[in-house]
Amino acid sequence: MAKIHLNMITQRSIEEGAAMEQGKTNPNYFVACSICEMNPEDMKRGGIMKNTNIRVTSECGSVIVKAIEPTQYCPPGLAHIRQGVWANQVVPPRTQSTGTPQYSGFPVTIEPAPEERLKTALELVQGAVGLWQGGKI
Amino acid sequence: MPKLIKGVGCPYCGSSCDDIEVLVSDDETKVLEVHNACIIGTNLFHHANDPTRPRLPRKRQPDGTMKEIPYEEAIDWMAKTMLAAKKPLIYGFGSTNCEGMSAVARIAEKSGAVLDNCATICHGPSFLAIFDNGYPSCTLGEAKNRADVVVFWGCNPMHAHPRHTSRYSIFPRGYFTQKGAMQRTVLSVDPRETDTAKLADIHLMLDQGHDYELFDAFRTVLRGHDIPDVVAGIKKETIKKSVEIMKNARFCMIFFGMGCTHSDGRNHNVDHAISLTRDLNEYTKCSIMAMRGHYNIAGPGQVWAWQFGFPYCIDLSKGTHAHMNPGETSSVDLAMRDEVDCFVNIGADAGAHFPIQPVQHLKKHPFITIDPNFNMASEISDLHIPVRIAGVDEPGVVYRMDNVPIQFKAVLKGLPGVPSDEELFNKVYERMCELTQTKPIWLAAKEDRRYPESEAVI
Repeated sequence: MAKIHLNMITQRSIEEGAAMEQGKTNPNYFVACSICEMNPEDMKRGGIMKNTNIRVTSECGSVIVKAIEPTQYCPPGLAHIRQGVWANQVVPPRTQSTGTPQYSGFPVTIEPAPEERLKTALELVQGAVGLWQGGKI
Repeated sequence: MPKLIKGVGCPYCGSSCDDIEVLVSDDETKVLEVHNACIIGTNLFHHANDPTRPRLPRKRQPDGTMKEIPYEEAIDWMAKTMLAAKKPLIYGFGSTNCEGMSAVARIAEKSGAVLDNCATICHGPSFLAIFDNGYPSCTLGEAKNRADVVVFWGCNPMHAHPRHTSRYSIFPRGYFTQKGAMQRTVLSVDPRETDTAKLADIHLMLDQGHDYELFDAFRTVLRGHDIPDVVAGIKKETIKKSVEIMKNARFCMIFFGMGCTHSDGRNHNVDHAISLTRDLNEYTKCSIMAMRGHYNIAGPGQVWAWQFGFPYCIDLSKGTHAHMNPGETSSVDLAMRDEVDCFVNIGADAGAHFPIQPVQHLKKHPFITIDPNFNMASEISDLHIPVRIAGVDEPGVVYRMDNVPIQFKAVLKGLPGVPSDEELFNKVYERMCELTQTKPIWLAAKEDRRYPESEAVI
């Protein structure tokens, strides 16, 4: 199946905020943030079954998240990963000389990855800096 | 007998609700119930009960594990590490009080650090626009009492500021808005049909990243000129109708958020929004406000602007005067250029909320986290120092999103032995002074209590 190209935004949601205040290692945070909301038309175009895992790749990295139908309507061509650890694996750090990274409006390619495993927040962040020891620390 | 504490401030979002009621256990160590708060605020207060909250600093060992150490050792290590660094970066302050923000400035000056806050990845571009174009703003009370047209541009308060619409912007009955929501016309500008957009009378679902063109079209129509049939995906008729609504308002209030500052255009979008506000004031009263994210993220802007003349991205490495130039002295840019050699993350979580590349760059050097809880930054830190939670077990002054200061209460007794941010920073500063054999300089009200014999006391 061909990869699809979408415009990605990463913004807040109340589910993310509520889970974050329970702690970022809380399972609710994992459920709230390791998802990508996309229009059903785009899912169809990319051969993606809803609630299955996908690989999102940007100019600076990739992440496995679960594709879901939008909780708030998202038009075709636009995708949304809630602000947080998973989103920030693909957010480009370029700041247009303002200090603020490109959290919204960057191109991504999305492909089905139903066999891939979702990583936890700790695994992603500790893994990125070479500290991941299987959750033992 | 449990105690109900009223008039409590909520230390979560920029709405800084100060009508929260918290029921605490008779020994004031547990939160039992939280009234009036949104789900996020409720979770925040209950999270303070977490029995696993850290009570001692933890230092990373050579094998990668973390080991608890006494506060004295942590303070000593932090002071030595920051003094040894050529250019430390101190970032965070989304979740601390102004007392802590003020105290950290002494450490920053002493170590020649760059002092930055969460605005750098949030409303930083708004600051840039405000420097250039002014800030014709008001308080949330004025918005509540006067605004009959409310515009949410690139913001989604139903999710990010859950009680904003009920306390200030859509639903409350004010002095000139006695019919509440019935009297208000709400416009939403957002590429998604968000839960805020669903509340709006008109939702302008623009093409993502085209805010600048749309602001431009609004201003062009307002000045009586024609525009193309479609701008940023919005039909001319809808734009003209929206402008007419804003123009005929008795008081128009524009709230803007991350949709403007995180997208292409950044500060230029906000610049245009401010100009639109100014243009509208030719016809009616119009005001604009940034939807600040945290309960006291307006605080560092106030405190540091008073101390150094700049609200964020403050480079103190010259040792003589402060220097600010976002893009150069901003946290993410400094990290990406490997220009800092020590990172101190305070009351924020750079590990989770920075793009991952700057985190990887920062991790090449000593990485210190000061936070009441475990978070992503603490779990990759070389040193994690727990402190009390501002607004829960530590009182303090906070600045709401409209720059109104509010005195927040503590509802719980702090964990024994755990200092507040201010106490910790003062100790680190004292240790830095000992190490450099210099005399601490205490200004303002502090020295009356701490150093009554100090020559600095006037």
